Amino acid sequence: MITFSGVHKWFKSLHVLNDINLHVLPGEVLVVCGPSGSGKSTLIRTVNQLEPISSGTLIVDGKDLADKNTDINKLRAEVGFVFQQFNLYPHLSVISNITLAPIKIRSTPKAEAEEQAMQLLTRVGLAEKRDAYPLQLSGGQQQRVAIARALAMKPRIMLFDEPTSALDPEMIGEVLAVMKDLALTGMTMVVVTHEMGFAREVAHRVAFMAEGIILEEATPEEFFLRPQHPRAQQFLRQLLTPMQM
Amino acid sequence: MLTYTFDWSIITSGKYFEWLLSGLIVTLKLSALSIVLAFILGLLIAVMRMSHNRVVRWIAHAYLEFFRNTPLLVQIFFWYFGSYKILPSVVNDWLNTNGFEFAAAATALTIYTSAFIAEDIRSGVLSIPKEQMEAARSAGFSYLRSMQYIILPQAVRITIPPLINQFLNLAKNSSLAMTIGVMEMTYQARQVESYTFKGFEAFTAATMVYLVLSIVITVLVNMYNEKVLNLHKAA
Ligand SMILES: Nc1ncnc2c1ncn2[C@@H]1O[C@H](COP(=O)(O)OP(=O)(O)O)[C@@H](O)[C@H]1O
Ligand SMILES: [Mg+2]
Repeated sequence: MITFSGVHKWFKSLHVLNDINLHVLPGEVLVVCGPSGSGKSTLIRTVNQLEPISSGTLIVDGKDLADKNTDINKLRAEVGFVFQQFNLYPHLSVISNITLAPIKIRSTPKAEAEEQAMQLLTRVGLAEKRDAYPLQLSGGQQQRVAIARALAMKPRIMLFDEPTSALDPEMIGEVLAVMKDLALTGMTMVVVTHEMGFAREVAHRVAFMAEGIILEEATPEEFFLRPQHPRAQQFLRQLLTPMQM
Repeated sequence: MLTYTFDWSIITSGKYFEWLLSGLIVTLKLSALSIVLAFILGLLIAVMRMSHNRVVRWIAHAYLEFFRNTPLLVQIFFWYFGSYKILPSVVNDWLNTNGFEFAAAATALTIYTSAFIAEDIRSGVLSIPKEQMEAARSAGFSYLRSMQYIILPQAVRITIPPLINQFLNLAKNSSLAMTIGVMEMTYQARQVESYTFKGFEAFTAATMVYLVLSIVITVLVNMYNEKVLNLHKAA
């Protein structure tokens, strides 16, 4: 579904992604973790080309991103992206946030798009907020709307960049619950997160990054019980305090 | 000693009232048409100014610098005296039977004002967080569609106060159209003055008209802002 082969990326002289080789299978949930500044956001953003790569090959849903014939807008429509800061459209109501892309990009009739949007809102538990505006919602609610917005395009892949890091602790659970449900439907997901409970429960694989390198890639069980790399061991020790393993 | 006797009746009824009224209608038409066109053109230039294509960006930049930095009166004269020489005769013939002065004035006002509007909208766009563009692009919108559906509606909302200012300037600047013979408000006030020597009354009427026009524009734009754009309904 997603294949990185020898991918590098530089920001000027900063080597942000260093020889990334990664393969995500259809229906797989990959959790990416690692210290701040290690290149996790950059990695996930290359998948829908919010960041172009400098060298190597990146194949997403069978399409080579470097290929000039790849329609990047079409590909992005197939890949949902959930941001740390939600990034809902503040000038549109909740329902319009969700229906905008289906109506304008997929040419879905308005009534049909709204019906689908209502199903999605029900699924994320926010049906009664259809006419609210984003700034009237709590962070957790905004993030759930953002997930519904991404799902409205019926994506084949969902990317999450620290979806709960901007949330108050009491709202993290509601967003993770929605993501867990989504994983159970067989969605291919790449999730950058430090929520190790989620990783243990939902992820099929965990990739640990530091300084642009994937230092370790393992099943959650192996990663949490027998981390190989000293950096991973150190990272987990630091996370351990607020978390019961 | 004040020897001037006021006579308001000449401008409140009869022939001169009709002159002033017809001037008012021309001013309204000229302002309304130019405001709408200037706004559309301003949006277009603003988007071009931010294009990824260097040539497009450069053209928009040249347009802005040129039309913002030459006097409006010169631009009105250019479209009136100059364009006549370069336009094809079919266009000229059509314009002659449909009010060439009006068309020249509307063109000048539109283009001149669009340059200012474009810069205002551009600052509005620059103030929208870049994450909004990222969200739109990652949903699969092209750059232009992202602008159309996500960035510009928010930018225009922020730009409302300077836009009102540009619309008001345009309405007031429309009085310059009298210099090429457009029979708008100021032109008619001048006519009434030269026929009756009641300049105080005539120009008081014109002043009131511009004042009311300004207030109406402000109220209309604010209403549009409240009702139609309906943005940022924060709790
Ligand atoms: N647009 C950019 N331009 C320059 N440097 C950047 C840019 N985005 C990220 N970086 C740098 O790249 C490194 C990796 O950033 P990021 O991918 O955001 O890491 P993470 O998400 O793991 O915290 C950081 O040092 C960051 O400062
Ligand atoms: Mg990050």
